Amino acid sequence: MRGYKNVTTSALGGSEMLDISAWFNDLLAGNLIFTPTTLGYYWEGLVTTSQLVFLSLLAGLVLAVPLAIMRSSKRKWISLPVYFYTYVFRGTPLLIQLYIIYYGVVFIDGIQQTFLWPILREAFYPALIAFTLNTAAYTTEIFRGAIKATAKGEIEAARAYGMSQSLMMRRIILPSAFRRALPAYGNEVIFMLHASAIASVVTLMDLTGAARFVYARFYAPFEAFLFVAAIYLCLTFAILYFFRFLEKKLLAHLRPQNT
Amino acid sequence: MRNATLPFAAILAVGFTTSLVTTNAVARDYDEVRLGVDIPYEPFMYREADGTLTGFEIELGDAVCAYLDISCTWVEQDWDGIIPGLLARNYDAIMSSMAITDERAQRVLFSEPYYTTPSAWITTHEHDIDIEDRASLEGLTVGVQRATLQDNYVTELYGDVLEIRRYTGVDDVVTDLLAGRLDLTFMDYPIAEAAIEIDTPESQFQRISDFIKEPEHIFGKGVGVAFRPRDEALAERFNEALSALKEDGTYDEIMNRYFNYDVRL
Repeated sequence: MRGYKNVTTSALGGSEMLDISAWFNDLLAGNLIFTPTTLGYYWEGLVTTSQLVFLSLLAGLVLAVPLAIMRSSKRKWISLPVYFYTYVFRGTPLLIQLYIIYYGVVFIDGIQQTFLWPILREAFYPALIAFTLNTAAYTTEIFRGAIKATAKGEIEAARAYGMSQSLMMRRIILPSAFRRALPAYGNEVIFMLHASAIASVVTLMDLTGAARFVYARFYAPFEAFLFVAAIYLCLTFAILYFFRFLEKKLLAHLRPQNT
Repeated sequence: MRNATLPFAAILAVGFTTSLVTTNAVARDYDEVRLGVDIPYEPFMYREADGTLTGFEIELGDAVCAYLDISCTWVEQDWDGIIPGLLARNYDAIMSSMAITDERAQRVLFSEPYYTTPSAWITTHEHDIDIEDRASLEGLTVGVQRATLQDNYVTELYGDVLEIRRYTGVDDVVTDLLAGRLDLTFMDYPIAEAAIEIDTPESQFQRISDFIKEPEHIFGKGVGVAFRPRDEALAERFNEALSALKEDGTYDEIMNRYFNYDVRL
C-alpha cells in the first residue's frame, strides 16, 4: 500500500509540474501583451531599478553619516555648507536634478574630452549621481534630527567618564541616533524606490521604463501599469519587512518587558 | 405565408425608421468635432510665436471641417496617451500623424490614409557610418523616439547589432546626438528636417540612407484619422471630405506650403 501510494504521489507531482507549465503557457497564450519578450523587458527593468536604488541608497548612506555630523556641528562654517546642500537638494524636484545632471552637463564646454565623459555618457551613472545626492540630502537631515535628539543624560554621562568628543560620537551618540533614525530611514528607502520611477526619462529601461514601453507598444495602460504596480508593491513589502525585522532586533530594549 | 411575412415586414420597417433616426441623432451629435492632437510635431502641428495652432494637419483638418460644414476644436494630448484619450471621449477623432497599423486598428477605426512620410538614418558629420554594412554597426548607439514606428523598425531589424536608447521627445535625441551619447538616429524625415538642418552647407547633420518607407508591416499603409470604432458614419464623412479636397486642389495647395516633396498617397 505504502509503496503504491508513493508511486501515485510522485506521478501526481510530475503531472502537477506539467500542469503548472501548461497553465503558464495558457496564461501567456491568451494575451498579446505579456509575451516572453515583454516579460524580459520587465525583468530587465527590475534588475535596473534594484541596482539603481540599492547603489544610490548605499552611497547616500555613506555620504550622509559624515554630513549629518558636520550638520550638527556648532561651528557655523562647518554646518552651513551642509545646510545649503541639503536645502538645495530637498528644495528642488528630483526630476529637475536628473535633467540638469543628464542633459545639462553636456553643454559644459569640453566635457566630452574629460575623464568624466565615459561615466556621464551612459544614462545609468547620471541617474545614480542624481539619486545619490538626493537621498544623501534627506538622510543627512534624518540623521541630524536623530543626533539632535540624543538624551542629555547620555551625553553628560559620557563626559563624566572623560570621553573625548569623537569617542562620545562613536560610542554613544551615533549608535543611539541610528536606532532612533531607523523608522524614518525605512520610509526614505521606500520613497527612493518610488522616486526611481523617473529614471526612464533619461532612456533607462527601469521598471517604469519597461511599463511605458509595453504601454506605448500595445496601448494597454491598465495591463502595463497594474503589472508594474504589483512589482513595486512586492518590493515595498520586502523593504517594509526588512526594516520591521531590523527594528525588532535593534530597538528591542525600547519595548516593554514581558512580565 | 403572406400573413406571416407582413408583421415581419412591419417590424423591419419600424426597425429601419428607428435606425434612421438614430443615425441622424449620431450625425447631429457631430456638428461639433473635437480633434485630438499631440503638439509640437513640426511641420504637421505646432504653435506660431503668437500661440495659434498651425501646420499641415491642422490646416487639412480645418479644411475637412469647412468642407463638411461642422465646427472643429483641437484638443492637446501627449502621444503616449492619445488612444486612451480618444476611447475615454476626451475628443472624437485623432488627427495627429497617426500611422495606420493592425495593432492600433484593434482599438480604433481609421479613415483612408491621407499622407505618408519617409524615414531616414541621420548622424553628425563627425561620423562616417555605412548603414548597409551591418557588421560595422556593431556597438553603435542609436536614439529613437519611444513607441514610434521608427522605434519598431530599429528594434526589429537592428536590435541585435545596435544599442537602442528610447527618448520621450525629438529634442532629447538631438541633444544626445550633439553631446556624443548617440552615434546615429533613425527619424521620420520631415520631423528631423523641422528639428535640425540636414545636409545644408552649415549643418552639423547628414542623412546617411535612402528614404525608407518599407516594410509595410512596420510603416503601415500611411497616416489616417482615428475614430472610436462605433463612429463609422463620421469616418465615412471624413473619407468623402478628404477625397474631395484632393480632387479640387485644396490638398495640394496646403501640401505645397509645408513640403518640397510629395506626401500624397
